[in-house]
This record gives sequence, C-alpha cells and structure tokens, in this order.
Amino acid sequence: MIIISLLFFMTATAISMLWLRDLFAVVMLSGIYSLFAAVIYMVMDAVDVAFTEAAVGAGISTVLMLGTLALTKSKEKVHKKIAYGPLALVLITGGILVYGTLDMPHYGDANAPIHSHVASRYIEKSGLEVGVPNIVTSVLASYRGYDTLGETAVVFTAAIGVLVIIGRRKKKRKKTGAVNDGGDIA
Amino acid sequence: MMHQKSVLRVVSKLLIPPILLFALYVQFHGDFGPGGGFQAGVIFAAAFILYGLIFGIANARRTVPASATRTMLALGVLLYAGTGVWTMLLGGEFLDYNYLASTPIAGQHLGILLVELGVGITVAGAMMSIFYTFAAQTLDGDEDIEEEV
Repeated sequence: MIIISLLFFMTATAISMLWLRDLFAVVMLSGIYSLFAAVIYMVMDAVDVAFTEAAVGAGISTVLMLGTLALTKSKEKVHKKIAYGPLALVLITGGILVYGTLDMPHYGDANAPIHSHVASRYIEKSGLEVGVPNIVTSVLASYRGYDTLGETAVVFTAAIGVLVIIGRRKKKRKKTGAVNDGGDIA
Repeated sequence: MMHQKSVLRVVSKLLIPPILLFALYVQFHGDFGPGGGFQAGVIFAAAFILYGLIFGIANARRTVPASATRTMLALGVLLYAGTGVWTMLLGGEFLDYNYLASTPIAGQHLGILLVELGVGITVAGAMMSIFYTFAAQTLDGDEDIEEEV
C-alpha cells in the first residue's frame, strides 16, 4: 500500500514535470522524484541504494542541474508542431519495455534467478570469508572488487570528460586579442 | 548580496561540520552499517558544494583548490588499483585481500578499508571538479576564477 501510494506520487511528479515549462520547477521536481525513489528503495530494504539515490539523485544532480540552468534560459521553448516520428519511437520503445517487465519475476519471489544463483552463498559464507557485517559492502568491495574498480574508473572518466569538454582554460582576451578555441585542457 | 542572506550563512555554518563528520562516519562505518565509499564521497563533496553555494565559489576554491580536486580524482583510482597491485606483490591475485595481513579476515578488513577509501576520494574529487567546472562557466567574466580553472 505504501509502495502504491509512493508510485502514484512519482507518476504525478513525472507528469507535472512534462507539463511545466518553468525549468527551475522541473529541476526541483526531479529532486523530489529522486527522493520518492529513495523512499521506495528504503521500503524494499535496499538501504545502501536508497542512500545513494538520496545523495546523488536528490542532492548532487539537482545542484548540477541548477548550475546548468544558470548557463541557459529557465523557460522551455514551446514547439507547436507535434513530431510524429519521435512520438511513435517513444511509444514503441516504452511498449517493448513494459512487455519486457511481464516476464520479470514477482517482487520477493524466492525462486527468482537473483536469489538462487550466488546470493545464498554470499549470505552463508561472507561472514566467515570476509567477516564484515554488512554483506552489501563485502560483495561490493571484496567479491566484486573488479566491478567496483571499474565503477570507480567510470566516475573518474566522467569527471575527466566534463573537464575536457567544458573545463577548458579560456585565453585572456586582453593579452591575445581573441579567444583561442584550442586552449589547453584545464 | 551574499552578506544579506544571514539565515543561510548561519545555518550552513552550523551544518557543514556535521556533514563532513557524517561523511567520515559513512566512509569508515560502511563495513558495519549502510553506506560506503561512494555515498561518503558524495556527502563529503556536498559539504563543500554547500559552502561554495553560500559563500561564493572563490572562497570554496581557496579552501579546496581545483588542482586538489583533480589530484583526488586520480589518487582514489590509484589507491584502489594500487591495493590490487600490492596484493599481487604479496603473492596473491589482483585484489585478493587475504594476503594483506597475517590472517585472511584481517586482510579483508584492511583491503576493504583501503578500497572504499579509494572510491570515496575519487567520488568526492569527481563531484567537486564537476561542480567547479560548472560554476566557472557561470562566472566567466571573473578574472580570479579563470586563473585557477
């Protein structure tokens, strides 16, 4: 019941984000959407995921979106023509995704593949092998240490990408007379 | 302009030290409770981003320079991969923490601590670098900012 009402609020937030033209309100609503998602993860006992969603989705990305908003206009341009091609593409993709969820195991199904593969081994043995009370941490940092190294490299690459694309050092106009596009990377 | 927002200034001054402390708690208590390097890094960066939003980007850059955030970015990945190389030098496989200490359990504890610290440092560095870069775009006309970007 809690999850259904939370999902209702999430849907309402998403639809109002679609209707609003004021981008500041849209950014705020996307933060609220992330908070609802975090609460749903919390209800599902995925505390670590909820933590990350609240910190990244509701916190940092809202700030970054506001920073982007300061660079652009805060009103969305209104397009009067309806683009039928993209609309059809979105509807078909969405339909396929919904069709795909029909095959997914029910929430809490004990026979679901994620519960029958290696999860039981982690639950039984991680206390003896790793000795860390939080199984999420022992899976993340020890059993799946390679994956987490890859994730850290992804975060590193993302930040480097941002620095390369918009973090260029601007040549001073007073000295050079013109902005050099090929300025060195800051 | 900034001097008039006294409520924001006072509240953020009260909040920033507990946020940093909470980030350290999440970082080093991740083995026992929810959390870990990623969440801690984000919370740690959030404290500095809050500082930058309230007291101005120039002050935030004076506290943690952009070069320091970029160093953190690389340092975390190096610490993570370096832990793996260290375990190889000690005779194990890459990221096999059992070889780090006298007993496998102690080795696992040390390994997880180092690796999570690496994740935390990289994530905090990444978030602060991205924030600084976005903020520098907004304040393009400011000469002081351009010097340090």
